[in-house]
Amino acid sequence: MNTEKNAGSDSRAPYWSAAGLAEGVRLVLPAMPVMALFAFAFGTFAVQKGLDLSVATLMSAIMFAGASQFVAAEAWGNSQSLAGILTLVMFTAMVNLRFLLMSASMRPWLGSLHPWQSYPALAVLTEPGWLLGLRYRASGGADAAIVLGGGVAFWVIWVIGTQAGYLFGTFFSDPKRFGIDLVMPLFFIVVLVPLWRGPRRAAPWAVAGIVALLAAEFIPGQWYIMAGAISGCVTGGFIDERT
Amino acid sequence: MSGLDSFVLGSFGMSVIAIVAMGFATVLMRTSGFWLMAHVTLTPRIRRMLEALPGSIVVAMVLPIVVKGGPVAVLGVTVAAALMALRGNQILAVTSGVVAAALARTLL
Repeated sequence: MNTEKNAGSDSRAPYWSAAGLAEGVRLVLPAMPVMALFAFAFGTFAVQKGLDLSVATLMSAIMFAGASQFVAAEAWGNSQSLAGILTLVMFTAMVNLRFLLMSASMRPWLGSLHPWQSYPALAVLTEPGWLLGLRYRASGGADAAIVLGGGVAFWVIWVIGTQAGYLFGTFFSDPKRFGIDLVMPLFFIVVLVPLWRGPRRAAPWAVAGIVALLAAEFIPGQWYIMAGAISGCVTGGFIDERT
Repeated sequence: MSGLDSFVLGSFGMSVIAIVAMGFATVLMRTSGFWLMAHVTLTPRIRRMLEALPGSIVVAMVLPIVVKGGPVAVLGVTVAAALMALRGNQILAVTSGVVAAALARTLL
């Protein structure tokens, strides 16, 4: 475990400060509109699927994971039997499997901290928060509290946005027409751009993309994310061998 | 089975159980990758793998969506990525990409 002390050898040693919480909120502000819009879209979807406002709100408050909430709302008819709930939980675990990889990638940064400083932050980890956090770390930041601060800020917007979408969402009856369906993918692309370190370091991304495309074509369900991500990850392990 | 469960707990009770169970599964995913890596020695190779992971996850998530979205999605991505590279403003880049895609859908 001593190797963890060398975590992020190219950056400052990780620490946790209360001031970092506010810094985290500030850091995620630019992504707030994206998050609000996505939450709004979920609220709208929940109405269409006949969920109660209380159910939609609880889902956002407790799950706080967009993609899996859309799947759960779609399959919500299962929620009234224990066997059906088991099905819902399996769907959820499958759709959110990518969180497992995301949290693994936080180890080099948060690994040397006390569990109380790392696990609460992980509990509110979302794609935007994770990406913005990693970018902060990559640019030399070390305060792990920003992950929790940003995560909680996102959570508040997520719950409020869900309710707003539920109550006022009829405007977006056709989200595709307004390009809303592309907001999340575009946000991911945009955050990825500054992580670009030249074509050689991006080779794992290419492998991930090709494998994900093939898997999306030939394997039903959401497995393409895991297939692509793990292929890219393994490629990364070998790519720098010659240097 | 389904009738009995919701008869005993009520419809809202079943909903709460379902949501809490799904929330538990989600938190488990959010924490277990981090937990597992505590039991893996961070050799240089493992570190490189972890460094390649974020970009790989993003590309694996986004690329199939973009390809499925066709020329409109490709246009949106191109506009957003180009603006981000040139101006470095997230909101401007995402908004422009979305507007470009919405316009293309309206006009084409």
